[in-house]
Amino acid sequence: MKNKYDVIIVGAGPGGSITAKTAASGGLDVLLIEKRQEIGDPVRCAEGVGKDALKKHIEPDNKWIASEIKGSKIFSPDGTEIKMSEDASSGMKVGYVLERKVFDRVLAQEAAMAGAEVMVKTRATGLLRSNGKVTGIKAMYMGETHNINADIVIGADGIESKVGRWGGIDTALKPNDIETGAQFLVSNIEPGDYNQFYLGDNYAPGGYLWVFPKGKHMANVGLGILGSKSGNVRAISRLHRFLETYMPKGKIVEMVVGGVPVSGPIKQTVADGLILVGDAARQSDPLTGGGITNAMDAGKMAAEVCIKANEKGDYSVKTLKEYEDKWRSTIGKELSKSLQVKNLLVKLNDEQLNQLAHSLDGIDTSKMELPSLLFALFKKNPKILWELKTLFV
Amino acid sequence: MIVNVNRFKCGYCGACVGVCPAGALELIETWIEVDTTCTGCGVCAKICPVGALELNEK
Repeated sequence: MKNKYDVIIVGAGPGGSITAKTAASGGLDVLLIEKRQEIGDPVRCAEGVGKDALKKHIEPDNKWIASEIKGSKIFSPDGTEIKMSEDASSGMKVGYVLERKVFDRVLAQEAAMAGAEVMVKTRATGLLRSNGKVTGIKAMYMGETHNINADIVIGADGIESKVGRWGGIDTALKPNDIETGAQFLVSNIEPGDYNQFYLGDNYAPGGYLWVFPKGKHMANVGLGILGSKSGNVRAISRLHRFLETYMPKGKIVEMVVGGVPVSGPIKQTVADGLILVGDAARQSDPLTGGGITNAMDAGKMAAEVCIKANEKGDYSVKTLKEYEDKWRSTIGKELSKSLQVKNLLVKLNDEQLNQLAHSLDGIDTSKMELPSLLFALFKKNPKILWELKTLFV
Repeated sequence: MIVNVNRFKCGYCGACVGVCPAGALELIETWIEVDTTCTGCGVCAKICPVGALELNEK
């Protein structure tokens, strides 16, 4: 560890590692820190990811792909099935279920190979400042605190992000802005090769329950409920109940818990000498909860702006704002659309959700992606879905 | 400390840290720390996926 870097990245998830890799490849002096002893573990993720979005960043490798997915099946509360996202014409698989423990390590390894320094068991405990600007971090390693200087600090520190708060950006999530979830890796089942989503109050109020296959006999079985609907019955209890009823032979070989930001775009993600990336910037999708590739996209954008800032020698908001503009006009737009759909969906009762599913009787949804499925639903159910009209003009 | 964390139940996922309006919580390796700025608002206890947090009765 040196006492000065061009960029320090806090958090070695996919967002942090892509930031580190891109910045180091661009010639910057980079430190990537991870507070855990092990990168990628414990997992806090359902591990589903779209193939195309992922391929922009890394060539798929079987050592971190647990399953290839044919498509998705959504089940309404009464069990009506909507099959979608199949790409039968080419026989291509549309998505992966990852092995995050391996995937995250590979990304950190790529950052290291690109020249970034990596430190594990190293936790940021505060920011260094000079004249109101962020100039580095205080970090604890093995019980000792070190001051490490940097021109830019990147907060890629996830749902529990403190870097933004220390920098004056309020990232606190309200109960409506978080899905609180639990997941078991369930063995001794046959999950097939579709990702399955179950809707309804019986499964997951204000969220959904998922079954994501990991190989032939295992799956990530989890659920997320809207924070405002959590309380008396916990995510973990609901999940136990589901398993007992629907997968009585299933055996739990791993437990995962976690929260997913579903706030949509927050007001501010940069300050002087500071950038937020990924879940820390609340860039996960409010509808699906997916955040891996958004974080990776944002990380790349952030690093490219760091490279420019380094050339100019200006690390103020004036320069860093380019990152903010760029992610808002891309990722941010999608987040806003998803937020609009999420805000409506969480208001619908089981009967309305069933009605939506039944309205697709006779329509072939199997090749549709989410936007075209929503449009098909809108055409059939303008009354229920009227507030989504702005999405389709 | 107004919030109690049952560390035998806690899955150290950090969801509570993300919702704390006061920034009073911190996830350190496998445990949650609560500092003196906790106001006892109870949002963390509400959203915890396993029910590991409880407000102290006073």
